[in-house]
Amino acid sequence: MTERMLRYGGQVVLYGLFAVFVGYFSTSPAYQHLEPDQALLRLSFRHAGQIAGECRTRSAEELAKLPPQLRAERDCPRERSPVHVRVELDGELLYDERFAPAGLRRDGAASAYRRLPIPAGEHHLRVQLNDDVKVDGFNHSGERRLTLEPGQVVLIDFIADKGGVIIR
Amino acid sequence: MAAAPGPPAESPETLDEVLLPLNPVEAGLPGSGPIARAFRRIERGADRVFGEHDNPLRQLGGLGFYLFWLIALTGIYLYVFYETSVDGAHASVERLTHEQWWAGGVMRSLHRYASDAFVAVIGLHLLRELAYGRFRGFRWYSWVSGVPTLWLAIASGVVGYWLVWDSVAQFVAIATAEWFGVLPGFGPELVRNFIEPEAVSDRLFSLLIFLHIGLPLALLLVMWAHLQRLTRPRSNASRAVAAWTLASLTAVSFVAPALSGLPADLQRVAAVVPIDWFYLAPLPVIYAMSPEFVWIMAVGVTLLLAALPLFSRQPRPAAVRVDPAHCNGCTRCFADCPYAAIAMAPHPGGRGQIAVVDEDRCAACGICSGACPSAMPFRSGERLVSGIDLPWLTVGDLRDRLDAAIAAGAPSGGAPIVVFACQRGAGLGSEAPAGVIGLGMPCAGFLPPSFVDYSLRSGALGVVVAACPGDDCEYRFGERWTVARLAGTREPRLRASADARRLVVLHAAREDRAGLIAGIDEFRAKLEQLEPANARETADD
Repeated sequence: MTERMLRYGGQVVLYGLFAVFVGYFSTSPAYQHLEPDQALLRLSFRHAGQIAGECRTRSAEELAKLPPQLRAERDCPRERSPVHVRVELDGELLYDERFAPAGLRRDGAASAYRRLPIPAGEHHLRVQLNDDVKVDGFNHSGERRLTLEPGQVVLIDFIADKGGVIIR
Repeated sequence: MAAAPGPPAESPETLDEVLLPLNPVEAGLPGSGPIARAFRRIERGADRVFGEHDNPLRQLGGLGFYLFWLIALTGIYLYVFYETSVDGAHASVERLTHEQWWAGGVMRSLHRYASDAFVAVIGLHLLRELAYGRFRGFRWYSWVSGVPTLWLAIASGVVGYWLVWDSVAQFVAIATAEWFGVLPGFGPELVRNFIEPEAVSDRLFSLLIFLHIGLPLALLLVMWAHLQRLTRPRSNASRAVAAWTLASLTAVSFVAPALSGLPADLQRVAAVVPIDWFYLAPLPVIYAMSPEFVWIMAVGVTLLLAALPLFSRQPRPAAVRVDPAHCNGCTRCFADCPYAAIAMAPHPGGRGQIAVVDEDRCAACGICSGACPSAMPFRSGERLVSGIDLPWLTVGDLRDRLDAAIAAGAPSGGAPIVVFACQRGAGLGSEAPAGVIGLGMPCAGFLPPSFVDYSLRSGALGVVVAACPGDDCEYRFGERWTVARLAGTREPRLRASADARRLVVLHAAREDRAGLIAGIDEFRAKLEQLEPANARETADD
């Protein structure tokens, strides 16, 4: 009888430990994803840079040699410019990267995603972007004064037909 | 995977080695390393608390199936109340959790904790089989088919976390998208689906539900395939294990019910996320190291596990062979094979059926040899030939060696005790105790019951069958079939005329040689109190 009680007691303890193990690691220890005083900048865009080379106009003879469905007046190379992004926070460089166009012929859109934790509080954010190798410096930019709470997310996007750099 | 030729039965030295009653450590068999020893020690200790048949460590596969069904049942209940929409997902889970905490809340918590236990059990099952070396040879299929179950289980659970659409779900969604975003074909734009509120639509939740049902169905299919090379697979836990598991998970459900975080808000990010480490452990590593690192680890570990059978240096013993002249198609070997390695086919001689062996599935345990009615040592003839036999250890070899040993007499003089010892159990070592003839076998199930009667009639004082404890059997059913055959409840039965008082089955695990020897001594003391055994009888009797 005593042995039986001991066995049942042992089972209660061992199954109890198993339940505690499962219950604990089900939510603990909590993962610190961001420091408590940090906000987050997310840089995310998908944008096809400008054509990297020079276009030229085909002559009438050249056009005549082409099949009718391919007789485009302008002849442009396929390769596109990489997209160069620079992010400055309060006048200091935070991030600078060049995103290559996709595809074997470098003729696709450049895609980017970066997460940039920054301290919460008041900031001046400036984003500059170049999508054309023929242009020195940057041909797009956006800036904004921000007051960020801890955990707040700011998204930096680029949509050419909506004004270029978007900060929200 | 071709079977390597076994040791030639003609070579006396080799046969001597084959018949030595060694234990696996002495024989250098797989699963004898320090990790395996530690596992066995823990299992033996747990046996004392749970009892061998209700020890959850001995039925991790069955427990996994039980947890799967528990998750499925609770999940069906949750699905009834779940709303597949951006606005409805979190709200419906909250209503379920709080407005019917006594049903929906408990079901949700059980669903969560059973899922966590499921991953823990799969991981433990994998580690145990790895430690015991059960990924080699004929087990390659069961091993390889088991590897994807872990990933499918984790994928199913991760999708489940998205469904709640709270702060944890938001973290999981974005982290998973960042993880997959580094793969060609997905790209960094994948995460754009989860960083703007307008990008998340109701259709996402329909897709998630589809995945949360589809992935477990795929998992069930793989679990079914995982069992295909087992006869009578254990696809459920014992009643006691099921009841205790349910009770403990229900208790934790009441003590620490599963709760949601704040609704997902894509304009904010939670600094601290109470993640479920059973499912989401790879995600923090993405940020601590890199998504590429996690992919390399995940794919690398998976490939390594799947390729483990290829790295085995242990040659496979030759599979059993069927002798058409002696196979009468009785189907006993077919019924007793633990690994579904035997099928029945029309006999080439045109009379009934014949056993056909799938060599890739054959464990070379010899359980089928012990089941064969033609493995009868009383049969006359210079060589005893059976219908199904291990080429490197035939029942004829066993009879010849037994005859020679009894004829030579016990080392101490007088009638010997014959010990048929499973080489996966305790064994007797290379030097059997005085007055004992020890013969080793790949499994206790190899022993045809008629050998007990034959030994006694040949002059043995008594017969010991040294088997592993039942749930310790390396070949699943060797001990169970042997005990049933000797008790006369399973074919081939021990003849009723055999003196059952002179037979004992001793269960001794590999670490328990002292227990086996003590059992033999106790048996000897009992035998000495019996009237003298009949004079040596001939096989003609």
